[in-house]
Amino acid sequence: MPSRVYECIAKINDTIQANKDFLTDLDREIGDADHGVNMARGFHAVTEKLSQDETDIGAALKKTGMTLLSTVGGASGPLYGTAYMEAGKVMAGKTELTAEDFGQILDVAIAGIQKRGKAERGEKTMLDALIPACETYHAKVAEGADLVTALDAAIEEAHKGIEFTKTIRATKGRASYLGDRSIGHQDPGATSATLTLETVRDFLKA
Amino acid sequence: MVGIVLVSHSWKIAEGIKDLALEMAQGFEGIRCAAGLEDKTIGTDPIRIMEAIQDADSGDGVVVLADLGSGVISAEMAIDMLEGSVKVQLADAPIVEGAVIAAVEASIGSPFEKVLEETEKTREFHKVQS
Repeated sequence: MPSRVYECIAKINDTIQANKDFLTDLDREIGDADHGVNMARGFHAVTEKLSQDETDIGAALKKTGMTLLSTVGGASGPLYGTAYMEAGKVMAGKTELTAEDFGQILDVAIAGIQKRGKAERGEKTMLDALIPACETYHAKVAEGADLVTALDAAIEEAHKGIEFTKTIRATKGRASYLGDRSIGHQDPGATSATLTLETVRDFLKA
Repeated sequence: MVGIVLVSHSWKIAEGIKDLALEMAQGFEGIRCAAGLEDKTIGTDPIRIMEAIQDADSGDGVVVLADLGSGVISAEMAIDMLEGSVKVQLADAPIVEGAVIAAVEASIGSPFEKVLEETEKTREFHKVQS
Protein backbone atom coordinates (compact mmCIF):
# COMPACT_ATOMS: atom_id res chain seq x y z
CA MET A 1 0.00 0.00 0.00
CA PRO A 2 1.40 3.42 -0.92
CA SER A 3 2.44 5.80 1.87
CA ARG A 4 0.18 8.70 2.87
CA VAL A 5 2.53 11.27 1.40
CA TYR A 6 2.69 9.37 -1.88
CA GLU A 7 -1.11 9.22 -1.98
CA CYS A 8 -1.38 12.95 -1.37
CA ILE A 9 1.06 13.77 -4.15
CA ALA A 10 -0.73 11.29 -6.43
CA LYS A 11 -3.98 13.19 -5.68
CA ILE A 12 -2.28 16.45 -6.68
CA ASN A 13 -1.30 14.72 -9.92
CA ASP A 14 -4.93 13.62 -10.46
CA THR A 15 -6.10 17.23 -10.00
CA ILE A 16 -3.48 18.57 -12.39
CA GLN A 17 -4.32 15.94 -15.03
CA ALA A 18 -8.06 16.66 -14.67
CA ASN A 19 -7.42 20.40 -15.07
CA LYS A 20 -4.73 20.14 -17.74
CA ASP A 21 -6.86 21.62 -20.53
CA PHE A 22 -8.42 24.24 -18.24
CA LEU A 23 -4.99 25.51 -17.13
CA THR A 24 -3.65 25.47 -20.65
CA ASP A 25 -6.70 27.39 -21.91
CA LEU A 26 -6.17 30.05 -19.23
CA ASP A 27 -2.55 30.29 -20.32
CA ARG A 28 -3.57 30.52 -23.97
CA GLU A 29 -5.39 33.76 -23.18
CA ILE A 30 -2.40 35.53 -21.69
CA GLY A 31 0.67 33.38 -22.13
CA ASP A 32 2.20 30.63 -24.19
CA ALA A 33 -0.54 28.02 -23.72
CA ASP A 34 1.62 25.51 -21.93
CA HIS A 35 0.83 25.70 -18.20
CA GLY A 36 -1.52 22.72 -18.04
CA VAL A 37 0.53 20.61 -20.42
CA ASN A 38 3.76 21.41 -18.57
CA MET A 39 2.34 20.77 -15.10
CA ALA A 40 0.70 17.55 -16.28
CA ARG A 41 3.98 16.29 -17.75
CA GLY A 42 5.82 17.23 -14.55
CA PHE A 43 3.41 15.61 -12.11
CA HIS A 44 3.07 12.51 -14.22
CA ALA A 45 6.86 12.15 -13.98
CA VAL A 46 6.66 12.71 -10.20
CA THR A 47 4.23 9.81 -9.72
CA GLU A 48 6.59 7.59 -11.71
CA LYS A 49 9.82 8.63 -9.98
CA LEU A 50 8.59 8.93 -6.41
CA SER A 51 8.75 5.69 -4.43
CA GLN A 52 5.31 4.55 -3.24
CA ASP A 53 6.97 3.36 -0.02
CA GLU A 54 8.42 6.75 0.88
CA THR A 55 7.14 7.74 4.32
CA ASP A 56 9.55 10.63 4.99
CA ILE A 57 7.44 13.62 3.92
CA GLY A 58 10.54 15.78 3.49
CA ALA A 59 12.23 13.28 1.19
CA ALA A 60 9.04 12.90 -0.87
CA LEU A 61 8.63 16.67 -1.27
CA LYS A 62 12.29 17.06 -2.22
CA LYS A 63 12.01 14.33 -4.85
CA THR A 64 8.83 15.98 -6.16
CA GLY A 65 10.60 19.34 -6.46
CA MET A 66 13.65 17.91 -8.19
CA THR A 67 11.48 16.01 -10.67
CA LEU A 68 9.32 19.05 -11.47
CA LEU A 69 12.50 21.04 -12.04
CA SER A 70 13.66 18.84 -14.89
CA THR A 71 10.34 17.83 -16.44
CA VAL A 72 7.95 20.81 -16.40
CA GLY A 73 9.87 22.91 -18.92
CA GLY A 74 8.32 26.32 -18.28
CA ALA A 75 8.77 28.84 -15.48
CA SER A 76 6.50 26.71 -13.28
CA GLY A 77 9.31 24.12 -13.20
CA PRO A 78 11.79 26.20 -11.21
CA LEU A 79 8.97 27.97 -9.31
CA TYR A 80 7.00 24.92 -8.15
CA GLY A 81 10.24 22.93 -8.00
CA THR A 82 11.71 25.44 -5.55
CA ALA A 83 8.48 25.55 -3.53
CA TYR A 84 8.41 21.76 -3.07
CA MET A 85 12.14 21.54 -2.38
CA GLU A 86 11.93 24.25 0.28
CA ALA A 87 8.89 22.51 1.79
CA GLY A 88 10.98 19.34 1.81
CA LYS A 89 13.54 21.03 4.06
CA VAL A 90 10.82 21.89 6.61
CA MET A 91 9.54 18.31 6.61
CA ALA A 92 12.90 16.48 6.50
CA GLY A 93 12.69 13.31 8.57
CA LYS A 94 9.03 13.87 9.50
CA THR A 95 6.25 11.36 8.87
CA GLU A 96 3.39 13.45 10.32
CA LEU A 97 2.16 16.88 9.23
CA THR A 98 1.07 19.35 11.93
CA ALA A 99 -0.78 22.66 11.54
CA GLU A 100 2.46 24.47 12.40
CA ASP A 101 4.38 22.48 9.80
CA PHE A 102 1.92 23.44 7.09
CA GLY A 103 2.23 27.12 8.02
CA GLN A 104 5.99 26.82 7.69
CA ILE A 105 5.60 25.04 4.37
CA LEU A 106 3.54 27.94 3.03
CA ASP A 107 6.09 30.46 4.32
CA VAL A 108 9.13 28.81 2.78
CA ALA A 109 7.35 27.94 -0.46
CA ILE A 110 6.30 31.56 -0.94
CA ALA A 111 9.77 32.86 -0.03
CA GLY A 112 11.32 30.43 -2.54
CA ILE A 113 8.92 31.41 -5.30
CA GLN A 114 9.55 35.10 -4.63
CA LYS A 115 13.31 34.68 -4.67
CA ARG A 116 13.25 32.64 -7.88
CA GLY A 117 10.65 34.69 -9.75
CA LYS A 118 11.60 38.07 -8.26
CA ALA A 119 7.90 38.84 -7.96
CA GLU A 120 5.78 40.62 -5.39
CA ARG A 121 2.09 40.44 -4.61
CA GLY A 122 -0.01 42.31 -7.20
CA GLU A 123 1.90 41.22 -10.30
CA LYS A 124 -0.68 38.67 -11.48
CA THR A 125 1.15 35.55 -10.40
CA MET A 126 0.56 32.56 -8.13
CA LEU A 127 1.67 34.78 -5.25
CA ASP A 128 -1.64 36.65 -5.49
CA ALA A 129 -3.38 33.46 -4.36
CA LEU A 130 -0.68 32.08 -2.06
CA ILE A 131 0.22 35.17 0.00
CA PRO A 132 -3.33 36.01 1.18
CA ALA A 133 -3.97 32.30 1.74
CA CYS A 134 -0.85 32.04 3.88
CA GLU A 135 -1.71 35.13 5.93
CA THR A 136 -5.19 33.82 6.66
CA TYR A 137 -3.85 30.36 7.43
CA HIS A 138 -1.51 31.75 10.10
CA ALA A 139 -4.25 33.96 11.57
CA LYS A 140 -6.61 30.99 11.88
CA VAL A 141 -3.98 28.74 13.44
CA ALA A 142 -3.16 31.53 15.92
CA GLU A 143 -6.86 31.53 16.88
CA GLY A 144 -6.58 27.81 17.59
CA ALA A 145 -7.98 26.37 14.35
CA ASP A 146 -6.81 22.94 13.22
CA LEU A 147 -4.99 22.39 9.92
CA VAL A 148 -8.05 21.62 7.78
CA THR A 149 -10.17 24.45 9.21
CA ALA A 150 -7.35 26.96 8.72
CA LEU A 151 -6.71 25.63 5.22
CA ASP A 152 -10.42 25.97 4.39
CA ALA A 153 -10.27 29.67 5.27
CA ALA A 154 -6.98 30.03 3.40
CA ILE A 155 -8.48 28.54 0.24
CA GLU A 156 -11.32 31.05 0.35
CA GLU A 157 -8.71 33.82 0.30
CA ALA A 158 -6.83 32.09 -2.50
CA HIS A 159 -10.03 32.17 -4.58
CA LYS A 160 -10.38 35.88 -3.89
CA GLY A 161 -6.76 36.16 -5.00
CA ILE A 162 -7.61 34.47 -8.29
CA GLU A 163 -10.48 36.91 -8.80
CA PHE A 164 -8.08 39.76 -8.02
CA THR A 165 -5.69 38.60 -10.74
CA LYS A 166 -8.46 39.23 -13.27
CA THR A 167 -8.46 42.92 -12.40
CA ILE A 168 -4.76 43.59 -12.76
CA ARG A 169 -2.13 43.80 -15.44
CA ALA A 170 0.67 41.25 -15.54
CA THR A 171 4.15 42.61 -14.92
CA LYS A 172 5.93 39.24 -14.67
CA GLY A 173 6.22 36.33 -17.06
CA ARG A 174 5.06 35.98 -20.65
CA ALA A 175 1.73 37.70 -19.86
CA SER A 176 3.61 40.95 -19.18
CA TYR A 177 4.29 41.22 -22.94
CA LEU A 178 0.56 41.79 -23.40
CA GLY A 179 0.34 44.85 -21.17
CA ASP A 180 -3.25 45.92 -20.57
CA ARG A 181 -4.51 43.05 -22.72
CA SER A 182 -3.78 40.77 -19.77
CA ILE A 183 -6.52 42.47 -17.73
CA GLY A 184 -9.75 40.48 -17.51
CA HIS A 185 -8.07 37.07 -17.44
CA GLN A 186 -7.28 35.04 -14.35
CA ASP A 187 -3.73 33.95 -13.77
CA PRO A 188 -3.05 30.26 -14.56
CA GLY A 189 -0.37 30.00 -11.84
CA ALA A 190 -2.68 31.41 -9.15
CA THR A 191 -5.25 28.87 -10.34
CA SER A 192 -2.93 25.84 -10.19
CA ALA A 193 -1.65 26.93 -6.77
CA THR A 194 -5.21 27.12 -5.44
CA LEU A 195 -6.10 23.75 -6.96
CA THR A 196 -3.09 22.30 -5.14
CA LEU A 197 -4.22 23.70 -1.78
CA GLU A 198 -7.75 22.36 -2.36
CA THR A 199 -6.42 18.91 -3.16
CA VAL A 200 -4.31 18.81 0.00
CA ARG A 201 -7.33 19.91 2.06
CA ASP A 202 -9.60 17.29 0.50
CA PHE A 203 -6.96 14.63 1.08
CA LEU A 204 -6.52 15.56 4.73
CA LYS A 205 -10.28 15.71 5.25
CA ALA A 206 -10.94 12.31 3.72
CA MET B 1 39.45 29.19 -22.09
CA VAL B 2 36.15 30.65 -20.96
CA GLY B 3 33.18 28.43 -21.75
CA ILE B 4 29.79 29.55 -23.05
CA VAL B 5 26.37 28.02 -22.41
CA LEU B 6 23.38 28.89 -24.56
CA VAL B 7 20.03 28.52 -22.83
CA SER B 8 16.91 28.59 -24.96
CA HIS B 9 13.40 27.15 -24.88
CA SER B 10 14.09 25.85 -28.35
CA TRP B 11 16.79 23.35 -29.24
CA LYS B 12 16.78 24.73 -32.80
CA ILE B 13 17.36 28.29 -31.62
CA ALA B 14 20.34 27.34 -29.49
CA GLU B 15 21.90 25.10 -32.15
CA GLY B 16 21.38 27.83 -34.74
CA ILE B 17 23.00 30.48 -32.58
CA LYS B 18 25.89 28.14 -31.90
CA ASP B 19 26.43 27.63 -35.65
CA LEU B 20 26.28 31.39 -36.19
CA ALA B 21 28.75 32.12 -33.39
CA LEU B 22 31.18 29.47 -34.60
CA GLU B 23 31.35 31.13 -38.02
CA MET B 24 33.12 34.00 -36.24
CA ALA B 25 35.03 31.82 -33.80
CA GLN B 26 36.05 28.83 -35.87
CA GLY B 27 37.44 25.91 -33.97
CA PHE B 28 36.21 27.19 -30.60
CA GLU B 29 35.11 24.17 -28.61
CA GLY B 30 33.80 25.76 -25.46
CA ILE B 31 30.15 26.32 -26.47
CA ARG B 32 27.42 24.12 -25.03
CA CYS B 33 23.68 24.24 -25.67
CA ALA B 34 21.18 23.59 -22.90
CA ALA B 35 17.96 24.04 -24.77
CA GLY B 36 14.56 22.44 -25.03
CA LEU B 37 13.61 19.42 -22.99
CA GLU B 38 15.22 16.01 -23.25
CA ASP B 39 12.93 15.01 -26.13
CA LYS B 40 13.72 18.32 -27.92
CA THR B 41 10.27 19.79 -27.24
CA ILE B 42 10.04 23.45 -26.17
CA GLY B 43 11.11 24.12 -22.60
CA THR B 44 14.01 24.76 -20.25
CA ASP B 45 15.53 22.45 -17.66
CA PRO B 46 17.73 23.80 -14.82
CA ILE B 47 19.38 20.42 -14.24
CA ARG B 48 20.55 20.13 -17.84
CA ILE B 49 21.70 23.75 -17.78
CA MET B 50 23.73 23.02 -14.65
CA GLU B 51 25.35 20.01 -16.33
CA ALA B 52 26.11 22.04 -19.46
CA ILE B 53 27.85 24.68 -17.33
CA GLN B 54 29.97 22.02 -15.64
CA ASP B 55 30.80 20.52 -19.01
CA ALA B 56 31.69 23.90 -20.57
CA ASP B 57 34.02 24.84 -17.71
CA SER B 58 37.70 24.23 -18.28
CA GLY B 59 38.62 26.08 -15.10
CA ASP B 60 38.44 29.61 -16.55
CA GLY B 61 34.75 30.17 -15.93
CA VAL B 62 31.55 30.13 -17.97
CA VAL B 63 29.35 32.87 -19.40
CA VAL B 64 25.69 31.91 -19.78
CA LEU B 65 23.28 33.48 -22.28
CA ALA B 66 19.54 32.89 -21.96
CA ASP B 67 16.53 33.71 -24.10
CA LEU B 68 13.39 34.83 -22.30
CA GLY B 69 11.18 34.13 -19.30
CA SER B 70 11.85 30.71 -17.84
CA GLY B 71 15.11 30.59 -19.79
CA VAL B 72 16.36 33.26 -17.41
CA ILE B 73 14.77 31.74 -14.28
CA SER B 74 16.09 28.27 -15.11
CA ALA B 75 19.60 29.61 -15.84
CA GLU B 76 19.63 31.46 -12.51
CA MET B 77 18.47 28.36 -10.70
CA ALA B 78 21.17 26.23 -12.37
CA ILE B 79 23.83 28.74 -11.30
CA ASP B 80 22.53 28.74 -7.71
CA MET B 81 22.56 24.95 -7.63
CA LEU B 82 26.28 24.95 -8.51
CA GLU B 83 26.85 26.75 -5.20
CA GLY B 84 30.00 28.52 -6.34
CA SER B 85 31.73 25.37 -7.61
CA VAL B 86 32.11 26.96 -11.07
CA LYS B 87 32.90 30.61 -11.80
CA VAL B 88 29.80 31.38 -13.80
CA GLN B 89 27.53 34.30 -14.58
CA LEU B 90 24.39 34.91 -16.58
CA ALA B 91 25.15 37.73 -19.03
CA ASP B 92 22.64 40.57 -19.14
CA ALA B 93 22.66 40.55 -22.94
CA PRO B 94 20.62 39.52 -25.98
CA ILE B 95 21.35 35.89 -26.72
CA VAL B 96 22.22 36.13 -30.46
CA GLU B 97 24.53 39.13 -30.41
CA GLY B 98 25.86 38.13 -27.01
CA ALA B 99 26.74 34.61 -28.13
CA VAL B 100 28.63 35.81 -31.19
CA ILE B 101 30.70 38.30 -29.20
CA ALA B 102 31.23 35.90 -26.30
CA ALA B 103 32.47 33.19 -28.66
CA VAL B 104 34.88 35.59 -30.37
CA GLU B 105 36.24 36.88 -27.06
CA ALA B 106 36.52 33.44 -25.51
CA SER B 107 38.19 31.97 -28.61
CA ILE B 108 41.01 34.54 -28.47
CA GLY B 109 41.66 33.58 -24.87
CA SER B 110 40.21 36.62 -23.09
CA PRO B 111 39.70 36.17 -19.35
CA PHE B 112 36.24 35.64 -17.82
CA GLU B 113 35.70 39.29 -16.81
CA LYS B 114 36.60 40.54 -20.31
CA VAL B 115 34.36 38.01 -22.05
CA LEU B 116 31.45 38.96 -19.79
CA GLU B 117 32.04 42.69 -20.24
CA GLU B 118 32.20 42.50 -24.04
CA THR B 119 29.16 40.21 -24.13
CA GLU B 120 27.10 42.64 -22.07
CA LYS B 121 28.09 45.57 -24.30
CA THR B 122 25.84 44.02 -26.95
CA ARG B 123 22.88 45.39 -24.98
CA GLU B 124 23.75 48.74 -26.51
CA PHE B 125 23.99 47.56 -30.12
CA HIS B 126 21.59 49.58 -32.26
CA LYS B 127 19.95 48.21 -35.36
CA VAL B 128 18.64 51.56 -36.53
CA GLN B 129 20.64 54.78 -36.46
CA SER B 130 18.63 57.51 -34.77
